[in-house]
Amino acid sequence: MAQNTPLNTEKPTRNIYQFGEASEIALATKNLHVFYGNNEALSEGDLQFERYKITSLIGASGSGKSTFLRSLNRMNDNVATVKGEIMYRGLDINSRAVDVYEMRRHIGMVFQRPNPFAKSIRDNITFALKQRGMKDKEQLDAIVESSLRQAALWDQVKDDLGKSALALSGGQQQRLVIARAIAMKPDILLLDEPASALDPISTSQIEDTLLELKEKYTIIIVTHNMQQAARISDYTAFFHMGKVLEYDETRKIFTRPKVAITNDYISGNFG
Amino acid sequence: MDQIRESLLKTSVATKKERFGKTITMAALILIGLVVISIFYFVASKGLATFFTDKINFWDFMTGKTWNPSTNGSNGKPQVGALPMITGSFMITVLSAIVATPFAIGTAIFMTEISPKYGAKILQPVIELLVGIPSVVYGFIGLTVVVPFIRSIFGGSGFGVLSGTVVLFVMILPTVTSMTVDTLRSVPQYYRESALAIGATQWQAIYKVILRAATPGILTAIVFGMARAFGEALAVQMVVGNAAIMPQNLTSPASTLTSILTMGIGNTVMGSMQNDVLWTLALILLVMSLIFNIIIRLIGKKGELK
Amino acid sequence: MQAKTVNKIATGVLYIIAGLVILILAALLGYILVNGVPHLSWHFLTAPSRAFQAGGGIGIQLFNSFYLLILTMLISFPIALGAGIYLNEYAKKNWFTTMIRTAIEILSSLPSVVVGLFGFLLIVVKLNFGFSILSGAIALTLFNLPLLTRSVEGSLNSISNLQREAGSALGLSKWETVLHVILPAALPSIVTGVVLSAGRVFGEAAALIYTAGQSAPALDFGDWNPFNMASPLNPLRPAETLAVHIWKINSEGIMPDAAAVSAGASAVLVIAVLLFNILARWLGKVIFKRLTAAR
Repeated sequence: MAQNTPLNTEKPTRNIYQFGEASEIALATKNLHVFYGNNEALSEGDLQFERYKITSLIGASGSGKSTFLRSLNRMNDNVATVKGEIMYRGLDINSRAVDVYEMRRHIGMVFQRPNPFAKSIRDNITFALKQRGMKDKEQLDAIVESSLRQAALWDQVKDDLGKSALALSGGQQQRLVIARAIAMKPDILLLDEPASALDPISTSQIEDTLLELKEKYTIIIVTHNMQQAARISDYTAFFHMGKVLEYDETRKIFTRPKVAITNDYISGNFG
Repeated sequence: MDQIRESLLKTSVATKKERFGKTITMAALILIGLVVISIFYFVASKGLATFFTDKINFWDFMTGKTWNPSTNGSNGKPQVGALPMITGSFMITVLSAIVATPFAIGTAIFMTEISPKYGAKILQPVIELLVGIPSVVYGFIGLTVVVPFIRSIFGGSGFGVLSGTVVLFVMILPTVTSMTVDTLRSVPQYYRESALAIGATQWQAIYKVILRAATPGILTAIVFGMARAFGEALAVQMVVGNAAIMPQNLTSPASTLTSILTMGIGNTVMGSMQNDVLWTLALILLVMSLIFNIIIRLIGKKGELK
Repeated sequence: MQAKTVNKIATGVLYIIAGLVILILAALLGYILVNGVPHLSWHFLTAPSRAFQAGGGIGIQLFNSFYLLILTMLISFPIALGAGIYLNEYAKKNWFTTMIRTAIEILSSLPSVVVGLFGFLLIVVKLNFGFSILSGAIALTLFNLPLLTRSVEGSLNSISNLQREAGSALGLSKWETVLHVILPAALPSIVTGVVLSAGRVFGEAAALIYTAGQSAPALDFGDWNPFNMASPLNPLRPAETLAVHIWKINSEGIMPDAAAVSAGASAVLVIAVLLFNILARWLGKVIFKRLTAAR
């Protein structure tokens, strides 16, 4: 198949989408390098993410997509060395001058496996807010309701907000985790394969939720599931061996990829 | 100006809390470190005074057979030969470990391999309870049961190395057993299954596979038991007889480092030579516990290599 | 055939060994309880001891043991908690951490008599606290810290990293996450560890002989002002504990009913350790249920 045919010289080896002057960029990386010890897991991650859009990061295991995502809100600080710039609101948030905890309130993250706290559903959402000094009960209640509604969970749990979050199903837990993240009113939401541990029904519910959320949030999602990327995202970046080989509008990537390896990956030849 | 941008450049409450938490927890840890350092410093400085301040020869101290700090010997120097106590301590430690080892390993195999159900339900809780029994209780039972029993069989006073060995054997047995049980349980199940699958009898599987795999852990358990026996003070002191003379046989009154130390420290004046030599005994205990520690580490390292 | 015979013999031998051990352990427990329990009475548990006559009790020693235990826990738990948190949550793999871990391991393997003598030298003599409950509590703290620290560390370590990530992703500092998420989740096993270590502390004697002292002055149980000398709460009074009492009356041999008193006191100690063991498991379970149950 395509793997065996020599690369067409007319096909470029890289294709990175250039945003126009008019587009609003929520987050951009410049010359990002991530090292685990002496191993370089990611190099030259130069990407821009448009506001109020969903961007998918795809690629095989070990391609560097999760590493990239986790670097964006510095979840890799204690595990890896991250070099380069991550520009957010005109600041390089990878610099030590930026307060990492404050930054993560604006750039939230949801992980592969649902990780609700061993607390009640309500406390899961209010805990971080309370830690940041919000005390007004009505205000907290309002946030609990609105974030659970946004995560499409409100109707299922509104009568037992005092119940332990661990009693929820996996899909419900993941939506609670999303509600917990948006309760902080972040700018940007990073999701690391949020549906990979869930059944198909929960997955489609989460996808619906994300599509609604993009009205208010910039979403960057790592996924293994090509159909998922095609269904929900506006832009897609293809990671291969620690580099971004192709970054384009999703429909272009999935119909007419410009880079040969991207074509191989999305048509299932490896990965 | 962008409010979020501003807030990103300030020190957040979370950062302040983090600094606070990290500082106080680190302080707690450093406190423990300081305690260990000061224990070594104080005991060493006291214990070494025997040699530096009181000018007692190190080898005379370690090999002398007469312990009588308040009188001077024929050479005009105080009679402070610690060999009787050192011998007593080592004899009791080694003997009790030798006796305890087969019992501990046997019981542990029984509990994990032969009858896991019975082992977990009855033996496990009893052994855990016995690990926690205070050593004075062992000493008291030694005094009221073991000593009279040995007296009736071997004659003499009944106090001595043998009584000490019996008491320490019973005392370290639960510890060594429960550590061995932990080791045997950590041997992966497929070791057993694959041995039995190729037609080994249960005993062959135990002897040739499981015990081999568990050897470092079992050795650690034994050394741990020996360290406990070596450092045990009161239980031994109650049954050993506390005569600072070389043990003639297993049933004659003898002494250990700990027993002479416990008896003597209250009867001597701080800073005197008679007191200093006791601190030297304490220093020997300290060094021995270090050595046991190093042995356990070495066993652990060798175990890793396999 | 031969392998099967060996197998039979070996299994038989193992049964005999296990049987012997059960016999020894059962005889030991039985002896303590059978000899001790008949001596237990309200009078025995509450009356002060008598040095030269028969018929004394262990009231003051029992109280001292509990008071000392509580003081020890009050001092050692916060330190062990802090150290455990640092080791599990903050410590990086470097020379400092390795050194401290080694130090803790060494401290846990030191003979308690050496720890007691250090307490005697530093606290009783140099800091001039005298033979007192406080000196004893500090010595027992040194004795208790390594095990308690490790048990706290182990409890924290058993909590999934997902919880820590969850806190981080919400912009919470590690400290906030540990304090409000990880610690509550680890509470059942921390409590179990604390109660088990309490059992150990309760029966310790060697570390106390030269720190808390070997005398039990009369106490006025109507006086709860900790600054009065006769007050049970005074932390600066000398205080012989139950375990020390057993050792002392047996080594001195002047109390006429020393054997009976020791038997009773030993039974009390063993029953206390048993209760601590049961309590540890029970409390752990109860707290775990309360944490995970739907409210």
